[in-house]
Parts: sequence; structure tokens; C-alpha cells
Amino acid sequence: MSSGLPTPVPRPTLETAPFWEATAEGRLVLPCCDACGFVIWYPRMFCPECGSTAVHWNEASGAGTVYSYTVTRKGQGAYRDAGPYVMAYVELAEGPRVMTNIVGADPATVHIGQAVRVVFDDTGEGPALPRFTPA
Amino acid sequence: MSIRGRACIAGVYEHPLREIPDRTVAQIHAEVARGALADAGLTLGDVDGYFCAGDAPGFGALSMAEYLGLRDLRYLDSTETGGSSYLIHIGHAAAAIAAGKCSVALVTLAGKPRTGGAQPGGSGAFGSAPEFAFESLWGPTVPGNYALAAQRHMYEFGTTSAQLAEIKVAASQHASHNPHAFLRDVVTVEEVLASPMVSDPLHRLDCCVITDGGGAVVVVSPEVARTLTRPVARILGHGEATKNTGNGRIDLTYTGAVWSGPRAFAEAGCTPADIDYASIYDSFTITVLITLEDLGFCERGRGGAFVADGGLLAPHGRLPFNTDGGGLCNNHPANRGGMTKVIEAVRQLRGEAHPAVQVPDCRLALAHGTGGALSTRMGSATLILGRDE
Repeated sequence: MSSGLPTPVPRPTLETAPFWEATAEGRLVLPCCDACGFVIWYPRMFCPECGSTAVHWNEASGAGTVYSYTVTRKGQGAYRDAGPYVMAYVELAEGPRVMTNIVGADPATVHIGQAVRVVFDDTGEGPALPRFTPA
Repeated sequence: MSIRGRACIAGVYEHPLREIPDRTVAQIHAEVARGALADAGLTLGDVDGYFCAGDAPGFGALSMAEYLGLRDLRYLDSTETGGSSYLIHIGHAAAAIAAGKCSVALVTLAGKPRTGGAQPGGSGAFGSAPEFAFESLWGPTVPGNYALAAQRHMYEFGTTSAQLAEIKVAASQHASHNPHAFLRDVVTVEEVLASPMVSDPLHRLDCCVITDGGGAVVVVSPEVARTLTRPVARILGHGEATKNTGNGRIDLTYTGAVWSGPRAFAEAGCTPADIDYASIYDSFTITVLITLEDLGFCERGRGGAFVADGGLLAPHGRLPFNTDGGGLCNNHPANRGGMTKVIEAVRQLRGEAHPAVQVPDCRLALAHGTGGALSTRMGSATLILGRDE
């Protein structure tokens, strides 16, 4: 899909390649700790909760709620000409609070506690950007 | 071991200019170094400890030590936590002095975000930070990163934009007495609320100024202090802490001050009720409000009521704050407000703040710095300083 927002291309690293490969297939995956079960965010091959280096990837439901948001009136860099856009923290059903954008909604209607679901913005170069839209 | 009473701030200097198109960043570091040493009654040849952060050009402390001609350095520290770095440096300098590692420590800050474009240091390495991709792709801005915290605070505690505006109003009243302040006009709550929205719920006048400039502090041992004539500020307590995204469970309603504050108060042996004057980091109005709660000046969630009705006004408010006009009105050199927070606290303890805002009989002052971003990760630092007795 295309939300109309800029789609800066992520640069996968040795640690984050599986995350971005999944987005290309329209899937949201989260790293989980083999040792303690913690759902890790941001993605890395290390559990900051228990220190384990044994991490596997689990597919997420894509469901979440808005934890906080702001309507940025003028962005910078890739967002310089984007017009007003919503930057937010979404609390995923699996636990992590992730920085993202809320798209497909009038910014004036976005609110804390709002139910949202993941959508993927194609970057045209493989990885897609997970953003969220009202559920 | 405690640093309490083991080191003093003997000299401070704030660059008087807010736009400096005709000088390099290294030059401004040198100007403020000379200024603070002259204030102390010392010279560059006396310096045996040097501290700087990511605003210093080139190789940081190494490059600046050469530029300044510092040949007898026994102690270096270039801890980088953004705008709070300098409070951390002062705490580290006091510890180094207490341990006998140095006796005259110089801390400098300079930058030109207003006329010089992007500065070396600081932001250059962000692209390689492991969290970078999971934040930068969504278009975060500096105001946006603080707006996220403000929005959540409003949701949980009912804090209002008018309450945030009161912080700017108090700062503007203080700045009206400061001839060097970048913004000297007194503003009203209504004017703050009518200023353009930058990133909901933060208006333009909720944001600090962008200024060129710098500042420096000289920290000395009690033995050196006894040879000097100017009044010193005694370093009584220091606390520092980092707060990150909580392993992906970030809580935007508090800062690292919940840890740095109690550490500083414990070392100093005092409580928030004992503080006569506070310099509170004010990158945005929300930074002040949450920090006041975190430091224990009021209950969690009650910051809005605390700052209302002139609560922060000098000299007679509940807690006189940022009497130079702070980052909101006076100066936020190099986009880093920690240094100027310490400098104004020292002015208050020396009785050298502007008479209109000088806190009578100011004996105990607090300075607090917040580096990084409220929305992600930050370095928080608290200093408690006492009057020369």
C-alpha cells in the first residue's frame, strides 16, 4: 500500500535483516528471547531483559493501541515536504511500544488508546515500513 | 566516599553573544575558557583537568587541549550525554579532585547552531546507532520527541497547555531583566497559546531558543579555592542516570531525574524543600514540568498546579527558577542547555543575579540537565551547590 507519507529506505544490518525481510512480505515479526520469553524491542540479537543471546523471531498479530502521538506540522529530511503527519508510539498486543506513524486517518481524530493495526508502506526497494491505521 | 564539600566551582563564564557568525567553534571554546578562568582568578597554565563533550571540534578533548595550549593535563573526560554533559563533567571533576587526580578542572561548551549550520560531534554518529532505523524512519523531530511526552502527560494527569505556558511566561519575565537574553519580551499565557503549533501539543513558544554561544566552568579543590578572592559555590551533591526506552516498554511520564535527583540530594544531605533556587533544564516547557515532579518538588502528576500562578517566579515564587531567562528565552548555546543552568545557579549563590530576580539569602541551589530526548533515551544529571560560607 501507500499512505502518501515519505518512505525512507531502511538499511538492514546483520541483526535486523530478518525483520526487514519479513516486512517485504507484509509480515511483522518480533525478536523473542529463548531464555526468558521477553518480546524484544528495538530488534536485536540480544535480550536486554535477561542478557541472553539466544533470540528467535515470532510473527506479531499486527494489533496495537496508540500510547502517545503528535501531529508534526513540519518535518525534516525526508519529511520536509510531507505536510502535517502523525508520529506515534503504538503499544503492540505483544507488549512493546514502538515508534511509528498513524496513517489513513484525519490527524485530528487520532487519540491515545485508539485501536490500530499494522499496514506496510512499500519503499520500492524491498523492505516496507510498518505503519498503523485505525483498526 | 562522597564529593560533598571536596570541590568548588570557582569560576563561570557565559558568552555574551547569541549570534557569532565570525568565529569558529574552537575560538568560542577558547573565549569561554579564558572568561571562566579569569572569573576564578586563574590562568590556562593552572589547568590540570579538562572536560568537554560532543560539541568540541575534532577529537574533542585532545583537539581542544592542543588548541588551548593545555600542557599539564592529568585528567580528561569527554562524557557525552547531550545537553546534560556539563553537569556530569562537574560531578566527575569533583570526584577526580576529591581523589587527588587533578586540582583545577576546566569544563567548556561552545557551538553555532544559529549561524553555523550543523556542528561536528554529537549527531554525527547517530546513523550507526543500533536503534537508529527504528526511530529515524518515522520522521521524529526534536519538538516531536518532546511532544510525545507532553501528550501522554496530559492524558494521564490532565496537564494543560495553559499550565505549560506558565513556565514560558515566568522565564520571559526573568529574561526581561537580562540584557544578553535572546528574547527579552515578556509574554502572556494567551500569547504562548496563540503561537503556531509546532508539534501537538507544543507551540512555538513552548520551545527553547536556538543560539550560538557557549560557557565554561572552573572546578577547583578547597586548597586552591582558599587562594582565590572571588566567592565560590561549594559542590555538595551530584547524581547522574540514564533512562532508555525500557526495553521497548517506554513510560513517557518521567525522566532520569527520578534517579539522578535522589542521588544528588542524598549526597548533599538535603531535600527539595531546602532548595532556595533551581536551574531546571528547559529545552521545552514540558521538560521543566516533568523534571520538577521527578526531582520531588511536587507529587507526580501535579507539576501543572505547581508551575501555575507564578509558582516559578523569582524572587518569591514557590521555587524561583531559571532567573537568567533559561533556554526558553535567554540562551541554549549549541542546542545544549546544561552549562548555562550551572552558571545561573552560581550567580544566585554569589548574589550576582540581576537584583530583580536575585533570591534573598540564597544558600542552596540545584541545577539539573536533561540530554537526549524525553521520547527515547536521555542522560539526566543533578547538581546541588551551596553558598560560600
